[in-house]
Amino acid sequence: MALEKSDVEKIAHLARLHIDATEAQEVASRISSILDLIDQMQSVETSNVAPLAHPFDAVQRLRPDVVTEKNEREYLQKIAPAVQDGLYLVPKVIE
Amino acid sequence: MVWETVIGLEVHVQLDTKSKLFSGSSTTFGAEPNTQAGIYDLAMPGTLPVFNEAVLRMAVKFGLAIDAEIGRRSVFDRKNYFYPDLPKGYQVTQLAFPTVGKGSLQITLEDGSEKVIGITRAHIEEDAGKSLHEDFQGLTGIDLNRAGTALLEIVSEPELRNAKEAVAYLKKLHAIILYLGISDGNMAQGSMRCDANVSVRQLGATEFGTRTEIKNINSFRFVEKAINHEVRRQIDIIEDGGRIIQETRLYDADKDETRSMRSKEVANDYRYFPEPDLLPVVIDEAYIEAVRAELPELPNAKRARFVSQYGLSEYDAGVLSSSREMANFYEEVVNICGDTKLSANWVTVDLQGLLNKSDLEISQSPVSASRLGALIGRIKDQTISGKIAKAVFEAMLGSEQSVDEIIESQGLQQVTDSGAIEKLVDEVIAANPEQVAQFRAGKEKVFAFFIGQAMKVSKGKANPDQLNALLLQKLKG
Repeated sequence: MALEKSDVEKIAHLARLHIDATEAQEVASRISSILDLIDQMQSVETSNVAPLAHPFDAVQRLRPDVVTEKNEREYLQKIAPAVQDGLYLVPKVIE
Repeated sequence: MVWETVIGLEVHVQLDTKSKLFSGSSTTFGAEPNTQAGIYDLAMPGTLPVFNEAVLRMAVKFGLAIDAEIGRRSVFDRKNYFYPDLPKGYQVTQLAFPTVGKGSLQITLEDGSEKVIGITRAHIEEDAGKSLHEDFQGLTGIDLNRAGTALLEIVSEPELRNAKEAVAYLKKLHAIILYLGISDGNMAQGSMRCDANVSVRQLGATEFGTRTEIKNINSFRFVEKAINHEVRRQIDIIEDGGRIIQETRLYDADKDETRSMRSKEVANDYRYFPEPDLLPVVIDEAYIEAVRAELPELPNAKRARFVSQYGLSEYDAGVLSSSREMANFYEEVVNICGDTKLSANWVTVDLQGLLNKSDLEISQSPVSASRLGALIGRIKDQTISGKIAKAVFEAMLGSEQSVDEIIESQGLQQVTDSGAIEKLVDEVIAANPEQVAQFRAGKEKVFAFFIGQAMKVSKGKANPDQLNALLLQKLKG
């Protein structure tokens, strides 16, 4: 399966990755080769195989409903570029 | 042209846990911004989720309450999108293998008939934080206290046919959630949020029309208004020869209208994949049965019991079982006074009227169940009449006195002494010879006049049954 340059640009945008025009062509062909491998895997008969949700053959451990975290706002906000009144400030996002 | 409305609801219920879905941060409402946002909630590198057992139990409890298939093996997935109130860049949710599968909910329509609404699924997911767009010099403020709080998203089949059915469904869902104690259900605080998928089609058509999704509906009243508005808008467009665009619309309660949220630059593409940081959640029969054993009596079962055990009408039983608090209040009143029907009338009419007037919930009732029970007890043993009881009820509101003290201090005891009632009847008959003649000439309607006069003279305290009997006897001479 061949991926177009425009596909790469769309995926990159969704993932918020910057890929310039010259890179995009090369990335398209590299991803296409991965997809070719997947196409090959698709041809394997798997109707009797249950879908795998996780490579580990184990089940999720549960945690009791207890508050274990303390308020560390001051410490955590030291690394934020901008804060005000306890809020993290980011560029305006409203449409 | 006759149009049919098709509605499906997606309801997000914030589960009432102490800590978050995947972290040990507190979930207390109204805390200072970001004081309940720890390293996992902030998506610090290297942090990992650990699933909160209470969330699983609540989801299973809900599933059992709506007779749903319980997912023996549920899987978490990542739903990827970028927004500043979602620090990880994905929301952990359940796509293909939700904890709660197909179930159903029985709703009561306005005419008293019942309708079963299918529930497609209910899945566990994380809530996002809050964005505040005001007052930050052109920047947006982010509060992540709510980020990672556990939600149950309950998705209905498109089987609701008008706004009133949607409200009935939502109210039933709300009641069940409160009965189960899995959420406080507070819509104003966002503990229960509703999105509605709405479309119209010609009556009898088999294909669905194009739907729009209305977001941001946060009260029962707004659900009805928002849907009605959207249905009118869609019909107008189609009848004018236009077509409906599939889009998300926002309900504006102030203007009572829905408006388009500008469509995103790139259509939603969430690129779901299984969450590698969480293993599948496996539930065995023993777990399910243990949860089932914790289930309380649910609204429908309670209503049926109220009809059979207390002899109530379906309607009264429905009103009284509509919330667990109401049902408990009613049963406490019955236990004290022993009269099921009088209790039903007082709770659904007098008390409910009072609560509606002062915009209070039954849990905030200014008259406790024990005091109301005592009052009804005094009607039952004929110390006071039903009419006087209403005056005592009024007096109870501003007073700490017991029912008996109020009756005693205001001299409100019913007159049951037949000698005294006879005297009263004689007086009234003597004072109104003209009406007596009318009555005896066959104008029986005048009887009510005598009752009125006698009650007036006795200041409402004469026992109505005795008064009736004596008056009739004397008038017939």
